[in-house]
Amino acid sequence: MAARSISDSTAALTIETSVPFTSHLVDPPSRDVTTTPAELMTFFRDMSLMRRMEIAADSLYKAKLIRGFCHLYDGQEAVAVGMEAAITRNDSIITAYRDHCTYLARGGDLISAFSELMGREAGCSRGKGGSMHFYKKDANFYGGHGIVGAQVPLGCGLAFAQKYKKEDTATFALYGDGAANQGQLFEALNISALWKLPAILVCENNHYGMGTAEWRAAKSPAYYKRGDYVPGLKVDGMDVLAVKQACKFAKDHAVANGPIVLEMDTYRYHGHSMSDPGSTYRTRDEISGVRQERDPIERVRKLILAHDLATPAELKDIEKEIRKRVDDAIAKAKESSMPDTSELFTNVYKKGFGVEVSCQICSN
Amino acid sequence: MKLDPTVCVFGEDVGHYGGSYKVTKGLADMFGDLRVLDTPIAENSFTGMGVGAGMKGLRPVVEGMNMGFLLLAYNQISNNCGMLHYTSGGQFKIPVVIRGPGGVGRQLGAEHSQRLESYFQSIPGLQMVACSTPYNAKGLMKAAIRSENPVVLFEHVLLYNLKEKIPDEEYVLCLEEAEMVRPGEHVTILTYSRMRYHVMQAAKTLVDKGYDPEVIDIRSLKPFDLHTIGNSIKKTHRVLIVEECMRTGGIGASLRSAIIDNFWDYLDAPIMCLSSQDVPTPYASTLEDATVVQPAQIVAAVEQICQ
Repeated sequence: MAARSISDSTAALTIETSVPFTSHLVDPPSRDVTTTPAELMTFFRDMSLMRRMEIAADSLYKAKLIRGFCHLYDGQEAVAVGMEAAITRNDSIITAYRDHCTYLARGGDLISAFSELMGREAGCSRGKGGSMHFYKKDANFYGGHGIVGAQVPLGCGLAFAQKYKKEDTATFALYGDGAANQGQLFEALNISALWKLPAILVCENNHYGMGTAEWRAAKSPAYYKRGDYVPGLKVDGMDVLAVKQACKFAKDHAVANGPIVLEMDTYRYHGHSMSDPGSTYRTRDEISGVRQERDPIERVRKLILAHDLATPAELKDIEKEIRKRVDDAIAKAKESSMPDTSELFTNVYKKGFGVEVSCQICSN
Repeated sequence: MKLDPTVCVFGEDVGHYGGSYKVTKGLADMFGDLRVLDTPIAENSFTGMGVGAGMKGLRPVVEGMNMGFLLLAYNQISNNCGMLHYTSGGQFKIPVVIRGPGGVGRQLGAEHSQRLESYFQSIPGLQMVACSTPYNAKGLMKAAIRSENPVVLFEHVLLYNLKEKIPDEEYVLCLEEAEMVRPGEHVTILTYSRMRYHVMQAAKTLVDKGYDPEVIDIRSLKPFDLHTIGNSIKKTHRVLIVEECMRTGGIGASLRSAIIDNFWDYLDAPIMCLSSQDVPTPYASTLEDATVVQPAQIVAAVEQICQ
């Protein structure tokens, strides 16, 4: 067999999504998605990197280098990666606390991520935010929020600013199936519809709000329909191409017509957080079943192999290289120092506005 | 819940999951889904529903999975829970208990380390207590449920694993009463919740240095037990408040004010108040430790007051 490098071709490739889109109050996009070999390889790399980062975070947490709350995204990578592929860095993304991978997708780097998780000053929030508070302003990534659902009204505010400044960009406000029952979502959606704001509400439906299954929390778990007067689309969130197609469709719609709801049918392999084993409310068979049938990375691997874009060995090499990148980043992050005690008082106010703080720092 | 069928529990994951801090563990099996209600994540609306149920004769116990989450229900807690008895001319009583863990934990981040007693203390019509030991947790919980007024019961994220032998039988503590933890002569130290443990740690050092502090766990945050507190001040003439609230607008600020108003003539030194810093609680462990009051600072403060 002649030697050939991994395909980085940008020749168009058309691939069908796993299932057709289901829609509410709007004609759905086609299930034929245009992509390229290069893009598929990028999908594989990006999702594998995210997967490895989250698994490494699990180990770091168990080694007590990461403390507090830590919510991992493994299983849901296709949503972050597919969305990024459909939009530009001028579009805005805001999400909740399962944000490590979204940060990466928006251009965040591993060292900043791990440093932040370990509370070091090299962290993307200077060690002062932690797992739930990753942000990247220059990439229009607005975090990173701990209180369920509160980020959605924020996201609609971002959309208002985009319309006000005539930017022709959109905001993707992500939330989970648990947050979908928050009243403030419905309040924010109402205003966005009235003012025709370019707001896309994306429900990452991983089917469990911590320990409560969606059917026990939502009278109607058809989240894409719950915008009522707002159109919606249901998407296989484990299929990165479907996610890309849906997000592109949604952005075009939102900029022209106002808000739209996307429901990403996805799954998290870990429990809700590192404090939750994730096995008291669902069976191990269910979890392994999803991993077997619907894993987003495996799906792309199969596509790559089927279209002869790389060999299995080459893909394994990529995974090895990713492992090393992650290990190196962790090592670097571990070297980073804890924030100086003076950092306790910085960024409370924007510089220039004084605040009298009486220092009661510990004698050491 | 066994004694009174009108007592029910609202909250996230309180039922089947058993409660995120296991406070309601086993209750769902015992009392069923209609009395132990797993709510969606909707503090604003489910707190409001609790108030409505209280107006109609039930006695709901509403759990905030973390007290901080109840900020989302502030409107319900302030305007409805606190004021309806007043604004309805006494027609409605709201016998709800709002409870949950709060305070600064271990690196839980700014949003999960809040001290809501600061914010709620101004709401007229609300009663507030903070438990700190297994013994007073049981007694205060029962008292809160029996009270005809809305009671906010503050638990602490770091105190759930405390172990203590407590009586099996019924006992109810007085909601408005402070707890004498360690009688003494030199200085009155007023504290509550987790800071009680930092105070007692400092007390060991202080005793070694020859001081005799009187430690009172105030427990009742609204109203203050000025009777117990006053008697102590009349004896020691020196006051140190140790709280976990931030300096601005905390329980300490109000307590200081109340002591000045009532016991000025008995003071031989200015009232000292050690509080947490006026900052969002940072994630990094060193910064977090510097945010709250540590035993060394308590020792230094007593030394200063007793000069």
